[in-house]
Amino acid sequence: MSTTLSPVAYDAKIEGNVIFTQVDAAINWMRSNSLWPMPMGLACCAIELMAASSSRFDISRFGAEVMRFSPRQADVMIVAGTVTYKMALAVKRIWDQMPEPKWCIAMGACASSGGMYRSYAVLQGIDHLIPVDVYISGCPPRPEALLDGLMRLQKKIMGEHALVDQKKELLESL
Amino acid sequence: MTSEEMANKLGAAFPSAIIETNRFREETTLRVQASALRDICLHARDNLGFNYLIDISAVDHFGKEPRYEVVYELYSLKDCVHLRLKTDVSEDDCRISTVSDIWPTADWHEREAYDMMGIRFTDHPDLRRILMWDGYPYHPLRKDFPLEGKPSELPGVAFTEPAPLAGGPFVTVPTDGTTQVREPRARHAGDLVPPETFLAEP
Repeated sequence: MSTTLSPVAYDAKIEGNVIFTQVDAAINWMRSNSLWPMPMGLACCAIELMAASSSRFDISRFGAEVMRFSPRQADVMIVAGTVTYKMALAVKRIWDQMPEPKWCIAMGACASSGGMYRSYAVLQGIDHLIPVDVYISGCPPRPEALLDGLMRLQKKIMGEHALVDQKKELLESL
Repeated sequence: MTSEEMANKLGAAFPSAIIETNRFREETTLRVQASALRDICLHARDNLGFNYLIDISAVDHFGKEPRYEVVYELYSLKDCVHLRLKTDVSEDDCRISTVSDIWPTADWHEREAYDMMGIRFTDHPDLRRILMWDGYPYHPLRKDFPLEGKPSELPGVAFTEPAPLAGGPFVTVPTDGTTQVREPRARHAGDLVPPETFLAEP
């Protein structure tokens, strides 16, 4: 974890349950621990995605159990499966409907690169249309791999400059 | 009743329309004239009990004439008999009459054959593409269509780009040859000279 953006700082000289932090760190800490996924299940990877949210793997331990089937309420789109050209613009449209800040996980070989489908019908990686934050290898990846990808995304979010980057207009008006 | 007896009955009813009867590994295949296809199908359904159309498929004999072949897999659920009808479709015309009013299941089979091979089924009630989107300009299962695809753009609907095949292993040659010729990975070194059109990039 980055030292400059440590989420909390406890000062023993000040009593009374007071914790110091930076706004960036606090926002990032809140965001990264309540990532609501938009489950873009397109093929067999979606089965592993479902397994990740079931009790054995329990994605809720990472605060990402609230699968939102409405893009308006989602933070992270998990593209799980083969993106055909027929589906591609629909995925893009759902992505566009998600509010900022948003992140994208390309789950599995197909979503990352087209996978084994070197074909006329398959988009060769969702990153042709959507900026991807985390790629997860595997065909399909096991739920542990998805959880690992989620933890990496959390780490990435913790390193972001939430206030400076995303609230520019607000900071300038101050 | 066996499929051979069924084929004989059909042959007796349509002596001029049935070009060839082939029997191979307990399977009977009739090659029929396209003009008589509907009559034969109606007769097979109504009088011979072929109440189930398993599948319609299309074959591209690239470089030969007639280029296309449409294959009908008939089945009688009562007698448990399977019969295959084949008919030729020329490249210039590329049309054949529909059987979707004889077996309703043919509707989507014919749409798929139209989508993938570009064979038009006349009098089909709703001949739209079924797998690719309306407006996609190609018929991808034709032998002269490259496996990696061709670029296309339909604003707001879909786009396609050629996939990076990088020379193999998933490459095919547009030919009517055997698998060894068609799929270079299966070819032994020095067996056959690769055709000019071997490379994935056309």
